[in-house]
Amino acid sequence: MSENINYLTTIGLEVHVQLKTKTKIFCGCSVDSESEPNTNVCPVCLGYPGALPALNETVVKYGIMTGLMIGSKINRYSKFDRKSYFYPDMSKNFQTSQFDLPICEGGSIDIELEDGTRKSIGITRIHLEENAAKNFHLVKMSGVDFNRAGTPLIEVVTEPEIESPEEAYAFLQAIRQIVVYTGVSDCNLELGQLRCDVNCSVRPEGQVKLGERTEMKNLNTFKGIYNALQYEIERQKDVLRSGGTVSQETRRWDPDAGITTVMRTKEDAHDYRYLPEPDLMPMVFDDEYLEELRSSLPELPAKRRERFVVAYSLPAYDAGVLVAEKPIADYFEAAAKLSKNPKLVSNYMMTEMLRILSETEKDISEVTMTPEALAKLSNLVDAKTINSNTAKKVFDILFNEGGDPEKIVNENGWAQVSDTGAIEGFVDEAIAANPKSVEDYKAGKVAAIKFLVGQVMRFSKGKANPQLAESLLLEKLQ
Amino acid sequence: MSEEKHNGIDVAYVANLARMSLTEYEIEKFQSQLDQIVGYVEKIGELDLDGVEPSSRMRSLNNVYRKDELRDSLSHDKAMANAPEELNGLFKVPKIVE
Repeated sequence: MSENINYLTTIGLEVHVQLKTKTKIFCGCSVDSESEPNTNVCPVCLGYPGALPALNETVVKYGIMTGLMIGSKINRYSKFDRKSYFYPDMSKNFQTSQFDLPICEGGSIDIELEDGTRKSIGITRIHLEENAAKNFHLVKMSGVDFNRAGTPLIEVVTEPEIESPEEAYAFLQAIRQIVVYTGVSDCNLELGQLRCDVNCSVRPEGQVKLGERTEMKNLNTFKGIYNALQYEIERQKDVLRSGGTVSQETRRWDPDAGITTVMRTKEDAHDYRYLPEPDLMPMVFDDEYLEELRSSLPELPAKRRERFVVAYSLPAYDAGVLVAEKPIADYFEAAAKLSKNPKLVSNYMMTEMLRILSETEKDISEVTMTPEALAKLSNLVDAKTINSNTAKKVFDILFNEGGDPEKIVNENGWAQVSDTGAIEGFVDEAIAANPKSVEDYKAGKVAAIKFLVGQVMRFSKGKANPQLAESLLLEKLQ
Repeated sequence: MSEEKHNGIDVAYVANLARMSLTEYEIEKFQSQLDQIVGYVEKIGELDLDGVEPSSRMRSLNNVYRKDELRDSLSHDKAMANAPEELNGLFKVPKIVE
């Protein structure tokens, strides 16, 4: 009966991001996630009674930096609270987190969908908290590794403004790019450095009040979150279509079966009973400190992309590829600023640099070629001193050995010959050596000219200006 | 027992949250003891606190930080010394059901 009803979807995310510190949030144990179990532990992160937490100042700094990047209000007075829960991965029986005075409130993150649609997603808050230990579920028992206990997290909570799995996916990409750009997290998904709790509800179009929502906890891949949402939204619509009601509950996403199942109903919902953390002093931030952090922030990737399009006349797509990773964007920009032709620099970054980096599994920080050298190379091409084939050869040498492009070109005698007299000689040679192609061309086979240009290049050992060679050939064969 | 009868602490409920199993006898006994304790603390409510800023601390000490520098962790053996049972370097606990 109600098959034609349109349903609206509302999604809110709670994104937990592990911060890039050397030590845990409240003790000096390493955050290394690849150590043997229970080797990076001490009385604080094991939750021994009487052990006192000591707050890592870098965690506070990174939390604020993230907030400043997305336009949050930084609470001048912020404190920690104890969130009670009883579970083997939290041996103190409470998680040290923030309740009513989180470090940041408000702000927004801009997303862009694949079809180019743009949207701004409001942020409710960002708070600091400690990670729980890691549980291993065995057949008849469970095991707990406390290496992860106390690793520093920020939790970013969105407003319920995400309206589709696609938007959720774009949001996750955007937030990941921002924290990586800011240098506060590596966001390595394989190492579980970004995990997400997902709330979603559906309601018939026209209804103002949001539908009853369900929550899915601890999702750790973007694709998983996307798939879980797609399933859960359809499930809720089916419930409503068949006249049922969605109940507020926590559901578990089973990626193998591709379904969600009930984990906990509202009656069993956690009652966290927050209370102020007496062992940690409040944090108070003044203008000077916030200004100092603000001035250390990088440009937002989305802003940088727009600037690249305007300042360096790049297509939006190219600019998007270049800004995706900050070190790549920094390298490009350093070269582009010195180049007479930034578009050429962009081309070499996109076609050569990124390809070779991925083939050699290298990081741009390991590349011997300097941005100055790339700029010079682009200038040599721009001035037609070398042609694009020679430029590729020079690029390979620069990538593998470094050096000065002009010197490489001179030492190898690779400067392009643009002297008409000299090229004429090669053109005559090519015509004399290939009478068949000349005949073909004259008989109307236009493609033969390309072959002849190739021959000119061969006789000139690759140094002839190919455009000039072609126009001379055309002239002579008329 | 209704919420109103005691001072907002429902022992049976809190015991369940804390995964503690109490007998009926214990629940009643602790309920009256806790009611007494809370009632005692409530005497504070008689104080005239107009003009006193709410505070969760005695001292006005702020921004107590530690540098992000590594310190020695416990040796694995020491860390596990109090574990009732160990399995492959993990603290072995009863099977966790979410």
